[in-house]
Amino acid sequence: MLVRKKLIIGTVAIVLLLGSLYVLQRLLMPKYVSGIVEGSLIGEYYKEDRKDFDVVFLGDCEVYENFSPVTLWEKYGITSYIRGSAQQLIWQSYYLLEETLKYEKPKVVVYNVLAMKYNEPQKEEYNRMSLDGMKLSAIKLKSIQASKMAGEHVVDYLAPLLRFHSRWDQLSEDDFTNLFGKEKLFNNGYYMRVDVKPAGKVPRAPRLPDYRFGTNAYSYLDRLTKLCKDNGIELVLVKAPTIYPNWYDEWDTQMEQYAAAHDLTYINFLKHMDDAGIDLQTDTYDAGLHLNVYGAEKLATYFGAFLADTYRLQDHRTDETWSGIWQKKIDFYDRMKQDQLDELAKYGYLKRYKAET
Amino acid sequence: MLLTSYGFILFLVILFVVYYLIPRKFQWVLLLGASYLFYALSGLQFLAYIAATTVCVYYAGRRIGDLRQTESEYLREHKHELTKPQINEYKSKMKARKRIPMLLALFVALGILAFVKYSDFAIANINYIARAFGSEGGISFWTIAVPLGISFYTFKSAAYLIDVYRGKFPPERNPFKFALFVSFFPEVIQGPISRFDQLGKTLYGPHAFDGRNVKFGLQRVAWGFFKKLVIADQLTVAVRTIFDDPEHYNGAFVLIGMLLYAFQLLADFSGGIDITIGIAQMLGITVQENFRRPYFAKSITDYWRRWHISMGAWFRDYVFFPMSVSKPMLALSKFSRRRFGDTIGKRAPVYLATLTTWFATGIWHGSSWNFVAWGLANGVIILISQELEPLYDRFHGKFNVKRTFGFRSFQIVRTLLLMSAIRLFDCYMDVPLTFRMFGSMFTTFNYQVLFDGSLLHLGITFSHYILILSSLTVVGIVSLLQRSGSVREKIAAQPIGLRYSLYGLLILSILVFGAYGVGYDATQFIYNQF
Repeated sequence: MLVRKKLIIGTVAIVLLLGSLYVLQRLLMPKYVSGIVEGSLIGEYYKEDRKDFDVVFLGDCEVYENFSPVTLWEKYGITSYIRGSAQQLIWQSYYLLEETLKYEKPKVVVYNVLAMKYNEPQKEEYNRMSLDGMKLSAIKLKSIQASKMAGEHVVDYLAPLLRFHSRWDQLSEDDFTNLFGKEKLFNNGYYMRVDVKPAGKVPRAPRLPDYRFGTNAYSYLDRLTKLCKDNGIELVLVKAPTIYPNWYDEWDTQMEQYAAAHDLTYINFLKHMDDAGIDLQTDTYDAGLHLNVYGAEKLATYFGAFLADTYRLQDHRTDETWSGIWQKKIDFYDRMKQDQLDELAKYGYLKRYKAET
Repeated sequence: MLLTSYGFILFLVILFVVYYLIPRKFQWVLLLGASYLFYALSGLQFLAYIAATTVCVYYAGRRIGDLRQTESEYLREHKHELTKPQINEYKSKMKARKRIPMLLALFVALGILAFVKYSDFAIANINYIARAFGSEGGISFWTIAVPLGISFYTFKSAAYLIDVYRGKFPPERNPFKFALFVSFFPEVIQGPISRFDQLGKTLYGPHAFDGRNVKFGLQRVAWGFFKKLVIADQLTVAVRTIFDDPEHYNGAFVLIGMLLYAFQLLADFSGGIDITIGIAQMLGITVQENFRRPYFAKSITDYWRRWHISMGAWFRDYVFFPMSVSKPMLALSKFSRRRFGDTIGKRAPVYLATLTTWFATGIWHGSSWNFVAWGLANGVIILISQELEPLYDRFHGKFNVKRTFGFRSFQIVRTLLLMSAIRLFDCYMDVPLTFRMFGSMFTTFNYQVLFDGSLLHLGITFSHYILILSSLTVVGIVSLLQRSGSVREKIAAQPIGLRYSLYGLLILSILVFGAYGVGYDATQFIYNQF
């Protein structure tokens, strides 16, 4: 009897302790709901009720700010999702695809190749934005192993409380209001911006001692290619039409050669800006680094035609279930666009993103 | 491997599980393997140093033991044939023979310590003297990496050998058991400097799993982590900011830095010892206490009976006492009494022994003059206190304040300030600079910085000050409660809800408020360096 009582008390104590740790972890982790919101991108994917998308985008800000999935739907009936995150490194893209395949098997995967320039982990802050949102799994563990910086520990990613505990004196209202869930911030992984900041003079690209992409980056591109081939997925390599950071001709050549060698499609949209109708005087919100919503819609319109034709993607607009789902997405998209326009008119900048210039 | 690293925690968990799974007679073997693995992780090359000291001291101990046995057998056999003078002569001859292996082994062990720790200090001084005589150039520094805990294990080994020589206990016959005593991993980082007759009682087991021991040990470890991570490491930034920029942070800042460092050092060192003792307790091993509420000491002598007790005892037993009764010291006593009279004569040997002991204590802490100055300052203050004793007695005779709360508090604060002030030698690591900065507390009147928000620019926020103050208050309350017995026993007697809430609160405080992980400097224990 005594042993049983002790066992019950011990179990209750452990459960309470673990519960407290869980709540504390949720409280102390950054919420990414204002200012830097990109940390919420990866996690939103799991909230999708239906995940059998035609197209999945992978990559860094050049995917999640430059392609509008709502436009792809509205114009071509293509269902798509962007699994992008800030400075997403190629091994993170690879593992994200591995994880995505647990939920769905898209017909096309679009990978933006800018991250090929990184051969090793870059910054903990960006790692966090790509990894913390992922659900706990063996795949996440592998992605952490590949991404962690010197001096970082896997355990800090698996139990983020150990990393973010020091935020105890920086907690804001956001941390409490978003403790057990947060509002939707993105449109199928697309980060919308309606503001405009025309592109000006771009800093001159420095000469590099070596233009060859690293072996680690290539090895993950090989793995990405193989994973797509093994699963019957078409892999399309793209370079988004933004003029900074610089995309060197030497890099472009390497991608062309890689695509040719592996029978892949590679599209450098920098060479198709006129065809897509993109004008960096009106279609960018940060002077050419990323497109705004007008640019993203134009690019999606242009790219969507290619996707629909080349890969014979079915037009789902006649599908009632999909139409219902996407109508909600369109409503959300339009509401967000209007809210941002109102905010812009009121303040002259987007307050939510602290985008005061 | 840091005691507060994930690696160490994993190491402990694995060791702990295996320790209680294997047959008990092999537990000490596992501990030896774990200790050497732990040591090897600090640098494979360092194993050579600890192994050399272990082998030398072990064989010297064995040799002394054999000689002692020969001596007792001879005396037993010939006790009826020998006269008392003959016995004494034989004993003195054997003592001389036993002294040889002891001195040789001490020479090797202390020589290794001197070689790795003090060679650059010696070279710097030789170069300085040579330059004073006009010599150019100088000897290049050897920059030898100092093995982990060398001062601690060397002193442990030396104490063992001297005790064997003195016949306090027989030598350990098993070389591997002796190797475990020298390298026992929880102690190797920062002590305590355990004695063989104390630690040896429980070190070699066998130990059955004892839930109470494990529970209390874990609590002690958690308490150590709390002190180290929530207090000491949170204070590090402010302490470094003040002492790394003496030109800017003078006057009142020196006073603030001095006090912050006092609490940082206490939390760091005693926290580390709590972790050590706690780990040992979880393994069923008893390690001696090294602290007894040192900041409640009422005098410096009292303080040194409470702070780093094992080190103080070591210098007392193996330097001060032997030196005080040594032949040269007795001769000095005789000479000075004859020459200067009883008043000065009887003091000369005490002064010399005290100052020598404190010189050695200082240099043991670090190979630079600031540590020597720190040690000597302790010695001088202790001697002055002794000299002023009659004056104090007269004062207490006249004014009956000795037992009042106010006077005791005054004594405690005075001792704390005095000890903290002496530690400035440790903070600035430069003797003239220390004097200058100490002086600036009285000559630079910038005490408005205490109230104008300047303290919030030392790298810690207002919230951190509140956190540190609250945590220190908890440590103070625990210290006060300790006076009437074990706090863990007291908590264990509380209702279950309260008990578990306290444990949970302690764990959550460490995890949330501790200074650890990315963004924090992996602060080594301050006493690691000694």
